[in-house]
Amino acid sequence: MAAVDDLRFEEFGDAAASLAANSDTTTISIEDPGDTPKHQPGPPGGSGREEDDELLGNDDSDKTELLAGQKKSSPFWTFEYYQTFFDVDTYQVFDRIKGSLLPVPGKNFVRLYVRSNPDLYGPFWICATLVFAIAISGNLSNFLIHLGEKTYHYVPEFRKVSIAATVVYAYAWLVPLALWGFLMWRNSKVMNIVSYSFLEIVCVYGYSLFIYIPTAILWIIPQKAVRWILVMIALGVSGSVLAMTFWPAVREDNRRIALATIVTIVLLHMLLSVGCLAYFFDAPEMDHLPTPTAAPNQTVAAAKLS
Amino acid sequence: MRSRIREFDSSTLNESVQNTIMRDLKAVGKKFMHVLYPRKSNTLLRDWDLWGPLILCVTLALMLQRGSVDSEKDGGPQFAEVFVIVWFGAVTITLNSKLLGGNISFFQSLCVLGYCILPLTVAMLVCRLVLLAEPGPINFMVRLFVVIVMFAWSIIASTAFLADSQPPNRKALAVYPVFLFYFVISWMILTFTP
Repeated sequence: MAAVDDLRFEEFGDAAASLAANSDTTTISIEDPGDTPKHQPGPPGGSGREEDDELLGNDDSDKTELLAGQKKSSPFWTFEYYQTFFDVDTYQVFDRIKGSLLPVPGKNFVRLYVRSNPDLYGPFWICATLVFAIAISGNLSNFLIHLGEKTYHYVPEFRKVSIAATVVYAYAWLVPLALWGFLMWRNSKVMNIVSYSFLEIVCVYGYSLFIYIPTAILWIIPQKAVRWILVMIALGVSGSVLAMTFWPAVREDNRRIALATIVTIVLLHMLLSVGCLAYFFDAPEMDHLPTPTAAPNQTVAAAKLS
Repeated sequence: MRSRIREFDSSTLNESVQNTIMRDLKAVGKKFMHVLYPRKSNTLLRDWDLWGPLILCVTLALMLQRGSVDSEKDGGPQFAEVFVIVWFGAVTITLNSKLLGGNISFFQSLCVLGYCILPLTVAMLVCRLVLLAEPGPINFMVRLFVVIVMFAWSIIASTAFLADSQPPNRKALAVYPVFLFYFVISWMILTFTP
């Protein structure tokens, strides 16, 4: 009967012949995993034994673990290697963004959201959005501030897009690199329980920049107090996400070094936000002081009164 | 039989230049029609070409130039900047959708993204015409309205062609960069001042 032939690994030809000859033989194919728990020949197409073993949950469990571990070991010159960094679904990205906006004390962003699967989608596109948000909002706010002046000619200033892009991407990639190097160095000196891979650090930094997108848009409001309050809020939220993420990685270390690391992380974050505010957004002094070009304003005011 | 095949193969070599150009122009024109009236169809994907995107990109970049001589005060996008933004933006979006697991080919995606700039090019033309009139808030509102409508049209057209090639739980992830891309181009069009 065909069943005996089916148990022999090499004879795919027989299985195919028997399938062709007798349409109701129980030749096992991948779509019917429940039929026989034991060793199966491949489907008549012969697509490799490993697939069958993994799918049918064979008792070679170490083989399946090998296969699960093999997920990330494509050589780096193939496309599949980079695809593993984009293996996220929409709801996962949203969850990670939510996690970066609502830091819960005691909950580690990396362990909670990222540990299984660091992705590069979030960091890359959040940085891209941030670049354009800063450039466009800076432009808009300058336009609105100088709206009444006759001497001001509006120019869109696309130079600022390239500068913003350089700054944001350098921050989002070079600072994690430096931090990762530093943590690896400390790891060799002090045995830390928690250690992060480079991609996880990039992931945390990328998602923590998300809060700056609405902040940049709200910076259009030309009030100094409002802008500085926004800076404080954004720094508070994203700084605490970063601090809570990296505290477990350094707390085993010398107390002063641990504190210095956390302080440096928060300080660099603040430098980024204050620097962007100062460079891309003109100061709204015109609202409070009489302008040096008083003549056109006075004539405008006189025209309004009369 | 063999000679007939050889005849067929060399037929496009022996035809007149006018025939070649007209055939390509007709193909480009047909795709323009598909963008203007987007339905789910495979035409843009099946026979992709990059002539249309090139024509559109060059037209857009030329129209975004201003005639001013003093280039120091000129903060607008240079020709090269527009070109780079359009082409590198399209390449990045294509790479992104392929990395997310989409099954569209590289050039097909470039073709679709390039052709869907057509509504925004039309918006640029309209804006330039509107700017010949009296400047003021009404002028600005008209331009804003036109740009918003054309932006929405571009997004709808490109999503109609691209959305099916993505796995269903990642569609939003693949569509968002397209949104950002057309938003930036719309911004460049809207802030153009001669």
